[in-house]
Amino acid sequence: MKVAETSPGFAFEKAPEAEGWNRPPVIEPDGEGELLEVSMGPHHPSTHGVFRMDVALDGERVIRLKPVFGYLHRNHEQIAETTSYLSMMPYTDRLDYFCSLSNNWAYALAVEKLVGQAVPERAEYIRVILAELTRVQNHASAIGFLIQEMGASGTPLMYAFKEREKILDLFESLTGSRMMCNYMRFGGCRVDTSAAWLEATRKVVAGLPHFIDEYEALLSENEILMARCQGVGVLKPELAVNAGITGPMLRASGVNYDIRRVDHYGIYDRFKFRVPLGEHGDIYDRYMVRVLEMRESIKILEQALKEIPSGPVMDAKAKIRGFRPKPGEAYGRIEAPKGELGFYLISDGGNGPYRFRVRPPSLINLTVLEDMCLGHNVADVVLIFGSVDIVLGEVDR
Amino acid sequence: MLGEGILKGLAETAKNFAGSFVSKERMTTVEYPEERLPLPEASRNFPFLVYDGTDWEAGLRCVACQICEKECPPKCIYIDKSKDKKPDHVGKMQIYPTKFDIDISICMSCQICVEVCPFEAIKMDSEYELATDDRFGGLLLDRHQLAKPNEYYHKIHPTEAAEVDARLAEEKVKADAKAKAAAAAPKPAAVPAAKPAIVASSVASPKEGEAG
Repeated sequence: MKVAETSPGFAFEKAPEAEGWNRPPVIEPDGEGELLEVSMGPHHPSTHGVFRMDVALDGERVIRLKPVFGYLHRNHEQIAETTSYLSMMPYTDRLDYFCSLSNNWAYALAVEKLVGQAVPERAEYIRVILAELTRVQNHASAIGFLIQEMGASGTPLMYAFKEREKILDLFESLTGSRMMCNYMRFGGCRVDTSAAWLEATRKVVAGLPHFIDEYEALLSENEILMARCQGVGVLKPELAVNAGITGPMLRASGVNYDIRRVDHYGIYDRFKFRVPLGEHGDIYDRYMVRVLEMRESIKILEQALKEIPSGPVMDAKAKIRGFRPKPGEAYGRIEAPKGELGFYLISDGGNGPYRFRVRPPSLINLTVLEDMCLGHNVADVVLIFGSVDIVLGEVDR
Repeated sequence: MLGEGILKGLAETAKNFAGSFVSKERMTTVEYPEERLPLPEASRNFPFLVYDGTDWEAGLRCVACQICEKECPPKCIYIDKSKDKKPDHVGKMQIYPTKFDIDISICMSCQICVEVCPFEAIKMDSEYELATDDRFGGLLLDRHQLAKPNEYYHKIHPTEAAEVDARLAEEKVKADAKAKAAAAAPKPAAVPAAKPAIVASSVASPKEGEAG
């Protein structure tokens, strides 16, 4: 596992077409017996919700895999076109319900770009703190779910949830809600943090390294985990880049691409952190990249909590409702815990978006599922699917 | 050695298991119905309507401006505006909602209605044990069920309620001063009667704008 000190942004030397990049490896059945078609899901417990895979099996080997989604379609983008900009904010909580604050940020960023709204310093720091806390709790529980799918039913997940509970308590005491926070606004944040809240956050952040040490002692060297994860579900960097994979999945394949580094949105250029990269692109690397990212997030949190200035949390000129942006378009994107989350807005001068489009990391990271699963056993499919780290609310919208 | 990692993991769980007998922090579970965690002050669940004074119907701060109805993301608020005016708790004539229903089976607890209300009339409750066996009528709260006194608001969100009261008092002082100035100053000139009701309502709604 190597860790990139600085990110050159997006640099990829090999021609993408080099090694059969756009073709999944063709797996031939061995010719004995017949293929068995299994419909896994939509109510399979490992599918994180309602997701279906049509799998063709030769014995235990996967010959073909077709993801079928749309079972949780909730008309997210269409609703946006009928409501105002403010009314859409709480809906973004429900996209990826593990990371509602990241979603809030991405949407606020898009609208701020659209109307040319500045954000005060203190609000930027609060946003960074909340987004990194979200990342820690998302990665911790994503690993927990991954291990649960491996058969360790409970223990690692409960360890993660114990820590997540502390972070959710922080969210609740600041925003009023544990998961559906609806906290950020165009031009700042809804309410200011109290000194007591910052103190409580410092305490939780100080406890996080111990939690990750404990978590790693529990899992990282476990032989069963290594046997199940290493060399399984390999995603080649060429394919990852071409399929538009982002987030820990892409970095586990060794591509140095982190939007916090590339895009410098918010105030991320002020913090010192490293971008962990995998070497093999298998499930174990994805696990390891998430663990290391949590450690880097803690570093960002420590810096942000030390430097946070005083001041207003809402820009004086900011309007949360009743504004009509000039006709135009804007794309706001952030490095959400699962990958690049983007909101694309077109305004026609009305008080709501004319067109609203979400670029969800979960959906796009799922597109390579077949390529990763072919040739592996059915039991590994569940594991590979878990290592993508998706939330169905974001896949189907 | 094969199995070393597993043993290391087991040592970790053993440490937590044994530790739970001695240290309170490792006991993270709260047995819910018997014991409860205190809610944080900011905690929110479903909206309620604030009233001043003792009579809930006269004291409602809501003047049926319908901004919350328009801005509500899942459109769970239903308001009918009155045709006439009735005296509120201080005796000022006000338009009032003849119907104010919130369907809490649709409400998504987002707090947007609270933010957009220019009259501080709707606030978030933190009551969460609302299970009912009547899934239609039981979850559609009318204005009587929603009306709760200002004292209740002070009880559940003390800091926020104190801020709101200070803001309202400040606005009232300003409105009174303006009404007094309008009454005292140019009597013969332009506007013959600066009706206090109109002045008060135009001052009390600084945020009112186009919601469309």
